[in-house]
Amino acid sequence: MGSADQPETVASSFWNDTGRSGITSWIFSTDHKRIGLLYFYTVLSFFLIAVSLGVLLRIELMAPGRTIMGPQTYNAMFTVHGVVMIFLFIIPGFPGAFGNLIMPIQIGAQDVSFPRLNLFSWWLYIFGAAIIITSLFTGGGPPDTGWTFYVPFSERTTTNVSLAVFGVFVVGFSSILTGVNFVTTIHRLRAQGMTWGRLPLFVWSIYATAWVQILATPILGITLALIIAERLLGTGLFDPARGGDPLMYQHLFWIYSHPAVYIMILPAMGVISDVIPVFSRKPIFGYKMIAFSSLAIAAAGSLVWGHHMFTSGMSDTAILVFSFLTFVVAIPSAIKVFNWVSTLYRGSISLEAPMLFALSFLLLFSIGGLTGLILGAAATDIHVHDTQFVVGHFHYVIFGGAGFAFFSAMHYWLPKFYGRRYAEKPAVVAWALMFIGFNITYFSMMVLGMKGMPRRYYDYLPEFTALNLTSTIGSWILVSGLILMLVNLFRGLLKGEPVGDNPWGGATLEWSIPSPPPTENFVEEPVVTHGPYDFSGSGIP
Amino acid sequence: MSEQHHIISYGKLISVWLGLLFLTALTVWVSRLDIGVGHVWGSLAIASVKAGLVITFFMHMRYEGRLLRWLLFFALAVLAIFIGFTFFDVLYR
Repeated sequence: MGSADQPETVASSFWNDTGRSGITSWIFSTDHKRIGLLYFYTVLSFFLIAVSLGVLLRIELMAPGRTIMGPQTYNAMFTVHGVVMIFLFIIPGFPGAFGNLIMPIQIGAQDVSFPRLNLFSWWLYIFGAAIIITSLFTGGGPPDTGWTFYVPFSERTTTNVSLAVFGVFVVGFSSILTGVNFVTTIHRLRAQGMTWGRLPLFVWSIYATAWVQILATPILGITLALIIAERLLGTGLFDPARGGDPLMYQHLFWIYSHPAVYIMILPAMGVISDVIPVFSRKPIFGYKMIAFSSLAIAAAGSLVWGHHMFTSGMSDTAILVFSFLTFVVAIPSAIKVFNWVSTLYRGSISLEAPMLFALSFLLLFSIGGLTGLILGAAATDIHVHDTQFVVGHFHYVIFGGAGFAFFSAMHYWLPKFYGRRYAEKPAVVAWALMFIGFNITYFSMMVLGMKGMPRRYYDYLPEFTALNLTSTIGSWILVSGLILMLVNLFRGLLKGEPVGDNPWGGATLEWSIPSPPPTENFVEEPVVTHGPYDFSGSGIP
Repeated sequence: MSEQHHIISYGKLISVWLGLLFLTALTVWVSRLDIGVGHVWGSLAIASVKAGLVITFFMHMRYEGRLLRWLLFFALAVLAIFIGFTFFDVLYR
């Protein structure tokens, strides 16, 4: 993202008012907006790499037997697809990119509390990512364990697990520091009049997410350090032959990695909570309950990790407790969905691209959430555990949920930072292609899982051929929509029509400042006198 | 958070260190007793006391303000809940 990408902007925006020039004005900048864009373009690059791997996996599964790659390559490819998507795209994606870009402006601050720490977080992320990428081409080659690094296989495989795990460890530190920065910022830097009851719901969701980042990520760090200790020192912690317990690894891994799902989905819910009222021309329904449910999801969602282990040999008591708690998490999730639908009710709905992605989120996330209950109930989980059903369910939540919310946020907020916008018609066509392609791809997987096709298998029985082919064709439709969306969006951001300060008629603070924003966001320190969804006087037609 | 740099006397630090050594010996002794699952509780209790001593004196938490103490308590409480929930599995397996 050099100066060549810089749009023609007003004289004193954050694009040209930095005191530095060239690449150093970006990679050593402490401006939250520049750091946000650094995150955005790096996570987007990793997303595109992981999408390419996903498409190759689908092509391999298009027909039984070998299609384009051998089994070892397939194992490595789904591992790298998972590691890159989870640890390099969707976990850092929302907090790093949109948390940085939007949150300080929405609370009326000039920047985050610790701008240098913020830059350091990005550098840690880049170092961690570089280590992960190095692990693919050195040692015994790319890891082939799946993104979960389960023992005992991760202890014994000759692939380069130690280095990959160390890279994830470093990326984890970046996540923790971002969490610390955001919690402090939201507590200490709110503008005058920006009470907790006036915080935009995106800020509430980033706040809940930040606590999960702070409290859960260290456990991932220690778990990954233990894998390295097992591999290099042979400590035997997870080896039954030496008094260890392989299930303990699964507990430790999922204590972080289930809450990590909420790091991915909570900010996405925040985006939806901000987009739906603006495009429904109506205040949000149930503000307090949506804010509260973010915290409730963060708290309860941290105690459900055992539902990943129902078939692992865990005790029946634990299965009962974790199954019950999994159903408890459905309550705050459903509170949000009902409140969003109630916001839509009798609203003056405007179906522009951000709203189309947001409405898709509602449907796809609900399907993902409800199929999650099939996995959360121990009896049905035993039938579909480790099948393609899990892969379908997970992609409905994370791609259909968090991914579509990310695209919604891109269309909704990026024009604010570029001062220009995309063309609406191609954006709608791209959305339609993605929505159709998505459902064909992943619904087929859920049916395959119900029929008994295991996940992570290179080959399959002939009776699964038709649905696998359908899923692969769906992935092509999905990717064609994705390419159209990105081309249209970035073409528009660089060369599209100029947008005013408030193109959507939003009432949160980012729409009260120029597009693109000045370096320190506000010319005068704002005084907040109304709630984030009080549209009276915001210029809505 | 206290801005003053509190200095703890050598005598107190050495006492805490001796206390930690004694508790380490106690951990070894408890591991050799025939008390079934009591091993786990005994070892965890001793380890908690040791961690408490380190945090209180070596990390100066005793001389810090209330906010930092609460934050630490919150983080430790979350950790305790995480570890506690694994016992739904370990104790009933």
